[in-house]
Order: sequence, then C-alpha cells, then structure tokens
Amino acid sequence: MIAAGLLQARNITKTFQADGTRVPAIRGVDLALGRGEFVAIMGPSGSGKSTLLHLLGGLERPTSGEIWLDGRRVDGLSQAKWAVLRRRHVGFVFQFFNLLSNMTVADNVELAALMGGATRRQAAQRRDELLGDLGLRGRADAAPARLSGGEQQRVALARAMANRPSLLLADEPTGNLDSSASRAVLRLLGRAHADGQAILLVTHDARVASAAERVICLSDGMVVDDAPLYPPAGTRPAPDRSASAGAAPPLSSAALTRVLRLQG
Amino acid sequence: MCAQIAARVAVRRSPVLCDDDTERGQTLRMPLLALLAKEPAHGYELKMLLEQIFGEAYPSPNIGQIYVTLQRLERDGLVASQDVVQQTRPNKRVYELTEAGRAALASWVDQPSEGPRIRDDFFMKLALSPLAGATDQLGLINRQRRDYLNQIRGLSTLASGTEPGIARLLIEGAILHLQADLDWLERCQEELL
Repeated sequence: MIAAGLLQARNITKTFQADGTRVPAIRGVDLALGRGEFVAIMGPSGSGKSTLLHLLGGLERPTSGEIWLDGRRVDGLSQAKWAVLRRRHVGFVFQFFNLLSNMTVADNVELAALMGGATRRQAAQRRDELLGDLGLRGRADAAPARLSGGEQQRVALARAMANRPSLLLADEPTGNLDSSASRAVLRLLGRAHADGQAILLVTHDARVASAAERVICLSDGMVVDDAPLYPPAGTRPAPDRSASAGAAPPLSSAALTRVLRLQG
Repeated sequence: MCAQIAARVAVRRSPVLCDDDTERGQTLRMPLLALLAKEPAHGYELKMLLEQIFGEAYPSPNIGQIYVTLQRLERDGLVASQDVVQQTRPNKRVYELTEAGRAALASWVDQPSEGPRIRDDFFMKLALSPLAGATDQLGLINRQRRDYLNQIRGLSTLASGTEPGIARLLIEGAILHLQADLDWLERCQEELL
C-alpha cells in the first residue's frame, strides 16, 4: 500500500440479489489512490465500473472487504456519516446528474459550496467561477429541467467541485457532451488536478482517460489492468504487475507518424 | 525490453522510409498534384506547402521522397518540368500539372476513399499469436490499450497547441479513430477472453 494513500480498497466485493439469484458485480478489487492522483477506470459496460465508484463514494455498501479514506475505515459508516464526508471531502458526479429540480442552476452549485463550509461570499464566488469555466453563466437562473443533458452534466460537475473536495469521483463526466463541452470539462479537471485534488473517474471517453496518470481496467468485476500511462519525465517506469505488461514508451514522432498515416 | 521497444519503433518507422512504389509514395502523389493545380512549383516549395497546410502532426515527407515522386509523376505524364536558371544558385526544376494530371486529380477527388481498416496489424497478432504458442491475449490487449491511450495523450497535447483549421482537424480525426480502436479493443476483450 502506498504511503501517501488517500483512498484504498482492499479485496472488496459486491453481490446484488436479483429474483433470488446472487449476481456478483464486484469480485475482489484492490485499488489504491494517492493524494492528488488522477486515475481513470475503463472497461466494457456491465464490468462493474459504476458499482465500484458507488462503493468508493459510500453510495452503496460492499458485501465484503475494506475501504479506507484518509487513514480511516469507511466501508461500515452510516449513510448520515457518509453524507457528511461527501459534503466536505468527496465530490461525486453521478451519471444521471441528480440535480435538485426545484432550485436554479446557480443555487444547486452554491448550496454545495455552503454545505461544504464556505461562507456566503466564498460560495457565490465559487459558483460564478465554476459556471464561467463550464460555459454555463447564461444558464445560472434556469431550472435544471430546462437544460440539455450536456448542460445538466456540467452543472453536476460544478456542484461536485464546489467545495474543492480532496477526492472527486465522477461517473462518465463527459458522457453526454459534444467535443467543445468535453474540452471545457477536461480543462477544469486538469486544473483541479493541478491544484492537488485527487480524481477517480469512470469513462468511455478516451480523451478523458488519456489525461489521467494511470488507467485501471475492469472486466467482469475484476481489475485486469492497472498501469501508469507514460511515466512523468525523470522517473523510471513503475514495475509492472503482470509478467507480460510493459510500460508503453513515450509517444515517439514515429508513432505519431504511424497514427496519421492510417488516416492517409 | 529495450530491444522490444526498439523493434516496435523500427516496425513503425519502416513504412515511412520507402519510395514512390510503396504506400507512402502513393499517398504523396495526389497531394502533390493538388498543390501543382494551383500553380507550378519546385520540390522544396511543395514540401513547405504541405507542412504549412497540415501542421506539426503531419508526417512531413523528406525532400528525397518528394523528388522521387515528382519524377514518377513526370514519367507517367501527369506533370511536366523545366529547368529555371538562377543567377547565384544551381538551376531549379519547376513542375507543372499536365492535362492528364488534372484529369487524374479530378478522378481522385471524385472517388470514395478507402473504407474500414481490414488489415489491422494488431488484430493479426491477436488472432494468430495463439498459433505461435503465445497464450497471453489479455496482456496483448492491455499493452495495446495503453499504447492507444498514450498516442491520444500525445495528440491531445498537440491539438491544444494547434490553431483551429486543417491541421487541427487532422489531429482530431486521428484521435477519433483511436477512440474507435479502443472501443473495438474492448469488444475483442469481451468476445475472445
């Protein structure tokens, strides 16, 4: 386990009961996330990505195994205690937004900052900053139901980031976005990462995944690959977990050439 | 390990170093004709124009490839050339499009372009490596996924430093193709493992 670990999962499992049959969704996952680390989880649909994220964010309780957040065991916490944790330390972006429908866009974001402990003034400032960054300033007074799917998704992200959580968990944060909105989200994530926030997100979007430092792949509820993308300059590649895995070399101009030739 | 990487890089490089009778030379023919359709030019000007239009991501051909391709285009009657005398420098050879060249260019523009990549090198490895006794198909897929992601990472960096226009569209196209490659890799994983 890494020394500066922010989040750790130790052999967690999750089994759902459906019509009397047991359906294993997560089958023994070990995972560690360092402070300020940016990790993407990929994998086919049905491989357990969202379930894993829900377990790590306390939205569901694991069937077995342990989850540690910031040196504290959290898998057995009550919903109320989890709610406090999420308010203060963990931002969660749902795949289906879960915005408060009877509040404006601006209030959705501002409320999250207030609940995270910001003063009214700080909360308003944070709200304006986030709505601006995500191209939503013009929609501040709208009700969530009046927004497009892509706009709602960005509001959900703004809300999750309102209290500058030390850990941001996001389920397909660009799932409904066109490419320019995706770029705005990526820029915001990049900035959060540069500010030292840890990010763990589930994504199908290769552009988002490729911005991460490390990519974890799930298949059938198990981790089948967990490896850094090309190592930061000046460091040696981390030793690989599987005998066959080799750290990919930095992108050479020859590799670029090959990619572009394929378009030719 | 180092040898493996070197071998991979060598494999990637080899197609670029070839002359006109290869794929690379073929892909250079029509762009050169298109540039000459605007006005006559010499080899070096053509190289500069290609770089200017397509930007940093474009695998710029070396000047030798351009001259070889121009010679073959001339042999095929698609361009004609003449030497222009220069006072202080050696003569330069200026190429112009012929009628046949103009017709070839028009028919290239009108033809639909090549469709899906059926001869994918990675897929051949995945499908055929078990025959060679290699059993770790998951490892193969994992390595390829990281490689695609690293390529996208490099291209995204390049895209963010490139002005909107032809050069950036080229990069975005390459990224979208890689996204599709990743989706398909996932399909391979679901189906074969």
